[in-house]
Amino acid sequence: MSHPEHKDYAGAKLGMWLFLFTEILLFGGLFILYAVYLHRYPREFSSGGHELNVFYGATNTMVLLTSSLMAAMAVTAIQQGRRLLTLRLLGSTIFCAAIFMGIKYLEWSAKIHHGIYPGSPRLAAGPPGESVFFGLYYLSTGLHGLHVLIGGSVLGWIGVKVRRGVVTADDFVLLENGALYWHLVDLVWIFIFPLYYLML
Amino acid sequence: MNSSEYSPATPSSFWNDTGSSGITAWIFSTDHKRIGLLYFWSVLSFFLVAVVLGLLLRIELMAPGRTIMGPETYNALFTVHGAIMVFLFIIPGFPGAFGNLVMPIQIGARDVSFPRLNLFSWWLYMIGAAVIITALFTGGGAPDTGWTFYVPFSARSGTNVSLAVFGVFIVGFSSIVTGVNFVTTIHRLRAPGMSWDRLPLFVWSLYATAWVQILATPILGITLLLIIAERVLGVGLFDPVKGGDPVMYQHLFWIYSHPAVYIMILPAMGVISEIIPVFSRKPVFGYKMIAFSSIAIAAAGSLVWGHHMFTSGISDRAILIFSFLTFVVAIPSAIKVFNWVSTLYRGSISLEAPMLYALSFIILFSIGGLTGLILGAAATDIHVHDTHFVVGHFHYVIFGGSGFALFGAMHYWLPKFYGRRYAEKPAVVAWGLMFVGFNITYFTMMVLGMKGMPRRYYDYLPEFAPLNLVATVGSWILAVGLVLMLVNLIRGLRGGEPVGDNPWGGATLEWTVPSPPPTENFPEEPVVTHGPYDFSKSGMP
Repeated sequence: MSHPEHKDYAGAKLGMWLFLFTEILLFGGLFILYAVYLHRYPREFSSGGHELNVFYGATNTMVLLTSSLMAAMAVTAIQQGRRLLTLRLLGSTIFCAAIFMGIKYLEWSAKIHHGIYPGSPRLAAGPPGESVFFGLYYLSTGLHGLHVLIGGSVLGWIGVKVRRGVVTADDFVLLENGALYWHLVDLVWIFIFPLYYLML
Repeated sequence: MNSSEYSPATPSSFWNDTGSSGITAWIFSTDHKRIGLLYFWSVLSFFLVAVVLGLLLRIELMAPGRTIMGPETYNALFTVHGAIMVFLFIIPGFPGAFGNLVMPIQIGARDVSFPRLNLFSWWLYMIGAAVIITALFTGGGAPDTGWTFYVPFSARSGTNVSLAVFGVFIVGFSSIVTGVNFVTTIHRLRAPGMSWDRLPLFVWSLYATAWVQILATPILGITLLLIIAERVLGVGLFDPVKGGDPVMYQHLFWIYSHPAVYIMILPAMGVISEIIPVFSRKPVFGYKMIAFSSIAIAAAGSLVWGHHMFTSGISDRAILIFSFLTFVVAIPSAIKVFNWVSTLYRGSISLEAPMLYALSFIILFSIGGLTGLILGAAATDIHVHDTHFVVGHFHYVIFGGSGFALFGAMHYWLPKFYGRRYAEKPAVVAWGLMFVGFNITYFTMMVLGMKGMPRRYYDYLPEFAPLNLVATVGSWILAVGLVLMLVNLIRGLRGGEPVGDNPWGGATLEWTVPSPPPTENFPEEPVVTHGPYDFSKSGMP
């Protein structure tokens, strides 16, 4: 198309925010189910929560919060035109994402090793509420993990654009939107962590 | 498609801009008009497939017992008919086709905010459609659950449900992308002077629709993913044996799927709000109320999903609240109807094809809306729930409403983009056939439902036979009208009489540019100085 390049930063960010709404609502469906089933099975949700590894969960929370800080700093760095610093910060964000997924892998493996996974004989033998709790746990953390993978890949792709000088101090809305997406991934975890790991 | 064949009038039109007439000039184009036409022909193709399936269903129901197919085939047919009509035709139909074609021009923009995302949304739509079609012919065959994919059956059916709902998930993503694009476009790209109170009512309706697409579709997304999780992983969130609750599925499904009905009907109402003033030669009555009622319908319509579940075992208090809210939605809908009728009052009405569709929309939508109140009232709903009354009601709203509005939009706007028009007389005859056939088919269904004939049943008692025969004959009249309409329309667009910039005397911006419009829509950015229905200031008599 022969359209001259026109940049509408406010429009690009508005579109991103609208998209983030849809992501929140996607997880919202799982949170609705959590609320309803917590109301129905408070005891099983509590005992299920105690089986989760708070150390892993808390570490992952710290890792993700740190990664979000790195992403926010990357946006500031590109605005100051410090390309190398931007790349380093983006690299750190992605590194944190990898650590997060690694810990998630250890956590899931341990659970599966103990016979706790959707449709497992152990859950089928236990009370129904327990099966619902772990079903929701796997779906929520699984969908979130998928978003970590997508977010990490998007930031990597943006990093390539920073390196090539496509995303610069004069044109950084792509990086800003990528960081916004990363904050969303962080935000969802901020809700998942207490709802599942810190059950009283 | 050979572009030179269509657009003789203006060499600068968007048909001639790439110098190439190959398919790649279309499927990789980011021009909103080309994407709009891509969407239009795609949704029309799926519509015709689903029409054939619907006709086959009617033939099967023509007489009790087996007529032309077995019960499994029948189950698959009504599922695929519904899924295609809802997810591949009417939901993307208005925003994707006419929203893309018309909306940017109506607000005085060169294109939408995110042209590449716009193309991406069409690609997602086609990929989703391809996945759905693949699902019909692979694995356990076409889904037989009904388009609502209710658990527990959808979790257990041996048919290819997982792949089909994954296809619907992708189509839903396409719908979200369009919604995000349209809200951003309407906020950011209005031409100077195009204030919110000068926005054409079609744009207002698309704006409300886009918000519903953004806010409701993700819930469908997660619900469909949960079906797949039930089937593949056996999570059991909807399985009582594992502590789940099937009613929660219905909640999640209708939290999206009731607002989705407004994705289907709101832009249709917008089309009617454009056609009626133009063919009455009168400014629209109650502009602000029509615009406001679109938002009100979108907002209130998001809170009424429970009225699909009066017989599902939700509490009496919930039934009362959902019933009340359902009646509340009727108010903004009625506001629109009264405003259209007031616009007609003492207007200089010209009964051309688009206007006939608009007028029949008012009648059919009113019947559909009022029968909706019968279903929204808990006591009467218990009697007619899951009967043919629901089928009749739904088709009055979505076919008689949205469908007829889409046909009206095709007669009203397609000449703009092809530079040629259809013949008037066959268009009127086709309209007449469809209007008569429609009422015979679906009014009869409502009577059958009142008498107690259930929906989705393969067989029925002999006392329902005469009326079922009537409904089937009605569907043939409807089909003849539809074929005549399409043949006339397509022949007209290919080789009909050329039209000028403003064949109908409209006052919105799309009528100020050549037919077909140039690639950039406007030679220079327009400055809007009057409202969208201010016929005196637009230079029209």
